Amino acid sequence: MQAFTQLTGLVAPLDRVNVDTDQIIPKQFLKTIKRTGLREGLFFDWRKNKDGSPDPDFFLNQARYQGATILLTRDNFGSGSSREHAPWALLDQGFRCVIAPSFADIFYNNCFQNGILPVVLKADEVLSLMKDVIGTEGYRLTVDLGDQRVTTPDGTTYRFDVDPFRKDCLYRGLDSIGLTLQHEAAITAYERRRKQDAPWLFTDIR
Amino acid sequence: MDGATEPIDRSANTDMNATQGAPCPWHAADRLCIMWRVLDSLKAPNEELVMASLTLFDKIWESHIVRVEPDGTTLLYIDRQLVHEVTSPQAFEGLKLAGRRARRAAATLAVPDHNVPTTDRKLAIADPISAKQIQTLEDNCRDFGITLYGMNDIRQGIVHVIGPEQGFTLPGTTIVCGDSHTSTHGAFGALAFGIGTSEVEHVLATQCLIQKRPKTMEIRVDGTLSDRCSAKDIVLAIIGKIGTAGGTGYVIEYTGSAIRALSMEGRMTLCNMSIEGGARAGMVAPDEKTIAYIKGRPLAPKGDLFEQAVKAWHELKTDPQARHDVTVTLRAEDIAPQVSWGTNPGMVLGVDQNVPDPRTISDENTKHATERALEYMGLIPNMPITDIRIDKVFIGSCTNSRIEDLRLAASLAKGKKVSKAVHAMVVPGSGLIKQQAEAEGLDRVFLDAGFEWREAGCSMCLAMNADVLQPGERCASTSNRNFEGRQGAGGRTHLVSPAMAVAAAIEGHFVDIRTWT
Repeated sequence: MQAFTQLTGLVAPLDRVNVDTDQIIPKQFLKTIKRTGLREGLFFDWRKNKDGSPDPDFFLNQARYQGATILLTRDNFGSGSSREHAPWALLDQGFRCVIAPSFADIFYNNCFQNGILPVVLKADEVLSLMKDVIGTEGYRLTVDLGDQRVTTPDGTTYRFDVDPFRKDCLYRGLDSIGLTLQHEAAITAYERRRKQDAPWLFTDIR
Repeated sequence: MDGATEPIDRSANTDMNATQGAPCPWHAADRLCIMWRVLDSLKAPNEELVMASLTLFDKIWESHIVRVEPDGTTLLYIDRQLVHEVTSPQAFEGLKLAGRRARRAAATLAVPDHNVPTTDRKLAIADPISAKQIQTLEDNCRDFGITLYGMNDIRQGIVHVIGPEQGFTLPGTTIVCGDSHTSTHGAFGALAFGIGTSEVEHVLATQCLIQKRPKTMEIRVDGTLSDRCSAKDIVLAIIGKIGTAGGTGYVIEYTGSAIRALSMEGRMTLCNMSIEGGARAGMVAPDEKTIAYIKGRPLAPKGDLFEQAVKAWHELKTDPQARHDVTVTLRAEDIAPQVSWGTNPGMVLGVDQNVPDPRTISDENTKHATERALEYMGLIPNMPITDIRIDKVFIGSCTNSRIEDLRLAASLAKGKKVSKAVHAMVVPGSGLIKQQAEAEGLDRVFLDAGFEWREAGCSMCLAMNADVLQPGERCASTSNRNFEGRQGAGGRTHLVSPAMAVAAAIEGHFVDIRTWT
């Protein structure tokens, strides 16, 4: 997994609440057996008009947001399905950070598995940033995971929280399976105890 | 290093949420964890020593702790994993690339469901990409020694239907699947939640997950439901009340007399939609109904092991003194048959109400979201829900495709005809449910009334296969999500119970099932 330490990048605004994973990437793109190449599915139905032509009002179709690496959005981003295709599609488009007042649990978790930092800021901070991003062409933010700060071009900083363990894994780009496998002895010991307490869970279902 | 004896940073752990049940610093067997609770309560000033009081969730969580990091992050043991074709290929690929094996293939069960056709299975799958995904699942299960109920196996079906049906889902277990509706299995008093593909790989490789301890929310529903109202109406009413993010960060425990009165099928419907309220997991404490449902199922414990298990399952309930972080209450009598009108499951009303009017909404966010939803749904503010005419009816999905749902739907459809303006289909949750329904003659009832009778699968719940709404088509659906485009780009979904779906199919518009004849 790619580490995330500090990122300064162009910000793209998605000024909507409750953006669900069916919108981030619709089902027809879930038939793939790969993690890559999902960019074309990102916000697929919102990018187009009813006649199939690109909707010039949608941010991904606007020249000023090309190359954006930070997505600024609203409450409850990533609700619905557990599809990891959602963060894969965001990553394929170049997003490494999503800022919102709140996230759905599974999506939030999936971001950390893919080198994307989800940042929770207060609702009024996001609203203020949203205004600035939409009003200022080329608006960039600096997101520092080490300091847990988002810094605006005028030097204003917003602090955000992140669990120390998740932070460490993302900061160092650690393979979480590798980490867990370091506790192989503890897992085996647990299984031994559990097998005594609940032997019916250890019958082979095959 | 053994998790039971390894020293950890006590200074970081002992201060944390001392009175709210911090994880046991020895992160060992259940007994030690309960001792930790007692010691913890002793530390709190002015508190008498009381027996440790645990919620159902606490009991399951603490009996699955392998180890705890200083910040409370927990390595949680996972008893069972269900696997399907859509969210697993990249996980297996990851294992192969890293040269890793499946730690407990014997605790893993796989089935294709999302992407399978619900038409004649003897024909090849028309879509080559879908066919490849299903073939990939078969190949991976063979390579990793995982049991697979293939597309032509009578046991094939929706992953959250077959787990309980086979007795794979058991009380007190941790169950995961790369699918958000894994919350369904909580109906058995299991801690069951959806995960992403990276975590599917993590569980395959380690049989563990790295988790943050969630908070708990009690949702208490007392009283008696109105005639023909069901678990689906309860859960839609709950989501209408708490909103689609109301449960974020929580595990829900459903309690109260109306919940106890539900069948296991009803409890599965209820827990299934916990995720639509933002909660990754929902659970109901096991009781005699749970035990009766499990007994004799193919993968359930047998003989002495079963008796031993039942004894343990009787302990799986929230202690009288235990406290949840939040409690929400509803009266069953107040719950009308529910119909969703908007583009998320929180946008829902009783069938006797009118579609909302954005002009009367003061909160700007809600107002905009309502305007946008009404525009997408093609609805006029203030119109009665019963005036909404429909084009399609879908009875199926992991929410409402079990035998009880089909029996109820058939009893209402019997002797009636689907409206000429409506195309209606019934998709059983599994091959075995289909077989059972046919043995009871339910298929004839549906076919005579003008419903299509299909093979088992997820079908039009997410429309990954050929069962898709056309743009602008309006569907009364017993599924769980009404997001934009969920059942097909431009399609319009109204979430309802099976009873409401049947009545809508026959009348061509929504009707109040309580008074419908």
